[in-house]
Amino acid sequence: MLPNYASPIERIWFWTFRILCVSVLIFLVSPLLVIIPLSFSDNTFLLYPIENFSLRWYHEFFGNEVWLNSLKNSFIVAPVATLLAMVLGSLAAVGLTSSDFPGKSLLMSILISPMVVPVVIVGVGAYLFFAPLGLTSSYLGLILVHTALGVPFVVITVSATLGNFNANLIKASANLGANPLTTYRRVVFPLIAPGVISGGLFAFATSFDEVVVTLFLAGPEQSTLPRQMFGGIKENISPAIAAAATVLILFSIALLLTLEWLRGRAEKMRTAAVH
Amino acid sequence: MSETMTMNAPLTAADGESLKVKLARERRNKQLKAIALVAPLALFLLLTFLVPIAMLLKRSVDNPEVITYLPQTSAEIAGWDRRGLPSEAVFAAMARDLTIAKEQKTVSEISKRLNMDISGFRSLIQRSARKMPLEVAAGESVRDQFIAMDERWGDPEHWHVIAKNAKSWTPYYLYSSLDLRETKAGTPELAPEEERAFLSIFGRTLWMSMWITLISVLLGYPVAYWLANLPARKSNLLMILVLLPFWTSVLVRVASWIVLLQQEGLINSALMGLGIIGEPLQLAFNRTGVYIAMVHILLPFVILPAYSVMKSIPPTYMRAAISLGDHPFAAFWKIYFPQTVAGVAAGALLVFIMCMGYYITPALLGGPQEQMVSYYVAFYTNVTINWGMAAALGSLLLVATMTLYAVYSKLVGANKLSLG
Repeated sequence: MLPNYASPIERIWFWTFRILCVSVLIFLVSPLLVIIPLSFSDNTFLLYPIENFSLRWYHEFFGNEVWLNSLKNSFIVAPVATLLAMVLGSLAAVGLTSSDFPGKSLLMSILISPMVVPVVIVGVGAYLFFAPLGLTSSYLGLILVHTALGVPFVVITVSATLGNFNANLIKASANLGANPLTTYRRVVFPLIAPGVISGGLFAFATSFDEVVVTLFLAGPEQSTLPRQMFGGIKENISPAIAAAATVLILFSIALLLTLEWLRGRAEKMRTAAVH
Repeated sequence: MSETMTMNAPLTAADGESLKVKLARERRNKQLKAIALVAPLALFLLLTFLVPIAMLLKRSVDNPEVITYLPQTSAEIAGWDRRGLPSEAVFAAMARDLTIAKEQKTVSEISKRLNMDISGFRSLIQRSARKMPLEVAAGESVRDQFIAMDERWGDPEHWHVIAKNAKSWTPYYLYSSLDLRETKAGTPELAPEEERAFLSIFGRTLWMSMWITLISVLLGYPVAYWLANLPARKSNLLMILVLLPFWTSVLVRVASWIVLLQQEGLINSALMGLGIIGEPLQLAFNRTGVYIAMVHILLPFVILPAYSVMKSIPPTYMRAAISLGDHPFAAFWKIYFPQTVAGVAAGALLVFIMCMGYYITPALLGGPQEQMVSYYVAFYTNVTINWGMAAALGSLLLVATMTLYAVYSKLVGANKLSLG
């Protein structure tokens, strides 16, 4: 807070700084707040002011074969890709943190690279490779590439969790008579689980929000929710998109809350484990 | 006496084996176990990610058309001395190749490829193929017949193009992506000004990425500083305002920005309602719109790492500097800021890298002047189906991204990448 003896320049600076920060935060959330009310509008255009409220765009969204199909596809592709990414990524992270071997940092860079390679390149490359194998316009092709895009997040979060892991706990557990499997199940896994799950959430969000690879790889049968929205925004932007957006915003709130809850739990477990 | 004995003798484990050997074996076992754990993911990424990218890179220099569909001509023309017109044998081979191409309906593949080098080649090939097979009487020259059919066959320039493309790889697409073309000597030269297109697109990509990164850092740094220095309860609450957009689908945000920025959108009607402007501003479908939406998408990527760096700086440093007589601004600049530079620069570099490959936002919120390299990769893939150009532009974009990523890994270490 500003002390009483602050000079006028300090006062001006203090308030400019505050106003700047608050405006940036408003800038960050306003788009999310703006679109939600429009989904309840009766109007066929996405315009304010809203004259009559109705649920017609939710009926449109949940009653339309195309939207429902894309929602269903998203809920097929994203969970499977997430599960694969969690398994492969966690194993790799355990391997990477357990021992040093030649070329480790290069390998780590390569495993993380799907995060930085432009998705268009991944999409075109996957198309070139998958088309002769008959994997385009298939769920399998889409799932495989989405897994690759999501896996770096799992590797990063699990590695970070393992970095904080106290190896003496394993020795203590063995010392108390537990066999390696019991040690893993009762000691190691509960401690790294928050890392695995939060990595999984990132991987899920990546797949759930992925458009570009889907544009190249998926046929109309595999069109996902973001792909459908992309097409919708490009062609004619109807309030059904606002309804879809609202559903997605609620979904991201759920993801965020889960993640924060996990983080709090991990923090508690870590402090409990140390004491 | 016995003490010196044990000092000199090699250390052994309980079973009498040398401890050194045993430890080395133990370490090797551990390494092998580690590699075995990483192997499934490495193999998976090899097949779903690295091989596809390698295919893209290969495709950028791939030149299969002429050698596949004009095989005999390709073989014959190799012996041509590149002076005057090729020999009778080359023309005869061309006649045979075109006859086969006509039967197998591959004429369009050949003509499409050759037309890239000389426009009008398409019609020349197609018209000639239609007249195949040639009726050549004994003693008559195939060459003369070809030239009689279309005088362009008498132009060595066309044969140079065929000869140039009669090998399985070509720098053509990569050169074109850099606005270069191949001279007769085989060296690259800059294309004439009116034919240049891609250098300015690469320039635009870098330019826009630079501005978006700069704006994001300028807006994100103060917010991160503010949040890092607020009491925990307040900052956790405000942090949600940063995290929520971060977790929200990019498409939702782009749709919202269109609602806000369009001609009849909320911002324009608010400004007009307040009487600040007389007619609506053009905010969407131009560079302003792309900048606004991109900064919105990338701001959390600046704020989150900056925040975690700032959280780790003890507030006592600033207090010490101020109590030693520094002005708060000076203390910030000399003590606080230098400690944040590395972390913020790393975040900024990551944002720049992400920006360079962006496709969705410019595609939905930009006009033709805002499209970056990614857009043209998609354009050549989906619209004109020119794999060579798509792959070449993609490869160059990949090289640029990977160079910056290598710098990033060197500076930060890929394993230090944090997710906020």
